[in-house]
Amino acid sequence: MNKTELELLKIIADMDGKAEGAYNIRSNGQLADRHVTENIDIKTKTDNPGIDIIIKPGTKNEIVHIPVIISETGLNDLVYNDFIIGENADVTIIAGCGIHNCGNEESQHNGIHTFFVGKNAKVKYVEKHYGEGDGSGENTMNPTTVINIAEGGYMEMETSQIKGIDSTSRVTKARLSDGATLIVREKLLTHGKQTAKTDFAIDLDGENSSANLISRSVAKDDSYQIFLSKINGNNICSGHSECDAIIMDNGKVSAVPEISANNIDASLIHEAAIGKIAGEQIVKLMTLGLTEKQAEEQIINGFLK
Amino acid sequence: MLELKNISFNAENESGEKEILKNINLKIDNSFVVITGPNGGGKSTLAKIIAGILTPVSGQILLDGEDITHMSVTERANKGISFAFQQPVHFKGLTVYDLIGLAAGKKLGIGEACDYLSQVGLCARDYINREINSSLSGGELKRIEIASVLARSTKVSIFDEPEAGIDLWSFGNLIHVFEKMRSSLGGAVIIISHQERILNIADKIIVLGDGAVTAEGSRDDVLPKLLCTVDSGCRVLSDAGKEACK
Repeated sequence: MNKTELELLKIIADMDGKAEGAYNIRSNGQLADRHVTENIDIKTKTDNPGIDIIIKPGTKNEIVHIPVIISETGLNDLVYNDFIIGENADVTIIAGCGIHNCGNEESQHNGIHTFFVGKNAKVKYVEKHYGEGDGSGENTMNPTTVINIAEGGYMEMETSQIKGIDSTSRVTKARLSDGATLIVREKLLTHGKQTAKTDFAIDLDGENSSANLISRSVAKDDSYQIFLSKINGNNICSGHSECDAIIMDNGKVSAVPEISANNIDASLIHEAAIGKIAGEQIVKLMTLGLTEKQAEEQIINGFLK
Repeated sequence: MLELKNISFNAENESGEKEILKNINLKIDNSFVVITGPNGGGKSTLAKIIAGILTPVSGQILLDGEDITHMSVTERANKGISFAFQQPVHFKGLTVYDLIGLAAGKKLGIGEACDYLSQVGLCARDYINREINSSLSGGELKRIEIASVLARSTKVSIFDEPEAGIDLWSFGNLIHVFEKMRSSLGGAVIIISHQERILNIADKIIVLGDGAVTAEGSRDDVLPKLLCTVDSGCRVLSDAGKEACK
């Protein structure tokens, strides 16, 4: 791997070329490196591009890194990754995609990630999206995450896109069984003429299942974001979604929440707040000696922290 | 030395423009000054004019002889003016630790940040990583606001009604913060307050009513008279006050 690729790897997965535990590095559409452990197996798919990550039941406190990096301009990379997390496992999966596009053609990564979280298993999934490059070619990422959580399973998903992705459409679909829990935290910052679409569709099928979606985003310059979230409460369940957005310059944000209670004991809440930075927040930080611009930066950094 | 010369301020209301401050002249040296007076008298407006949040329609503000009338909030802050808001601002994401660090103007160790919180009676460990949002009570936010001014330790510190939003019991503890500030006075502390316990530790009291200074002088001169003016008889705590009311 060259220096640019190693830097991308550091940014998206905090890896120095290697990592503790199992990992699979995909670079420019090809397998670059892989390491498996006794409990975590990674296999190349035979029908589609992509990998299967198989975590044995009962695996505890292990981490899997599966970063994807693209440094060739004009590459359109499509992968199907399946995560099979065994019963009672407790693992962290660090994914992420970094694009360095110095050319003039569009670089694109479409990842379709499907999770099968076993009974009483616990998984933390961290996904970072990042783009850079001096060329005029666009960086596009369209991650799709399909989540199935079995009885008593728990999944926490942290997803962030802070820089350099010109266009993104992020789809997350989840189906929860009895006692299953899903927590999603999304952080998004768009600038320039970027567009970002977030689309959540959660089915709370199981008794006492619960989902909490928290999205915090900032739209700067001429960028546009749309946040769609649909939670169906089909049983005794609780669902909460929250979209909090700061708009700056000519940034535009739309939030379209939908909550459907299909069971008398479903309890669903949606909260959305969109607005510019409150003037009093800036004034407060100015009274501490910050300039208006520094105050804005601090407020945004804190908001997306 | 902070000097206000002929400061006037108008605000729009339904019936047109209203004079909020009328030709205010004040000199505040390195002492503990309490500005008091009836609601709507112009106290908070005056504090905001000193901090640069509001701009007077006429007059001049001098800090150690330098004209700061046209300086921005940031410039005044960097010249040594601090301001604690009456209603602390909420921030999503920014933590107590972040705010205290920004106030101090340097990267603080956790221990240093905790010291400031302890000074305002907050058990630091419980608060340092909390977001400054509505999950904190009004009293907690108020203490954090005061801690942010302590962390700055500037020439002029202005507190706009520190008692507002704090229950009487908690405020009793907070008095000690101001007493301590008074004993280690390095500059001017200006407090807008209606609280007798704050008035009792003032070096100087300024009474502002209907946009004008109606009384100004040492605590011993002003406070007894002030307590006599309370409509429902004389609410006197001190013997000096009783004497003055006779």
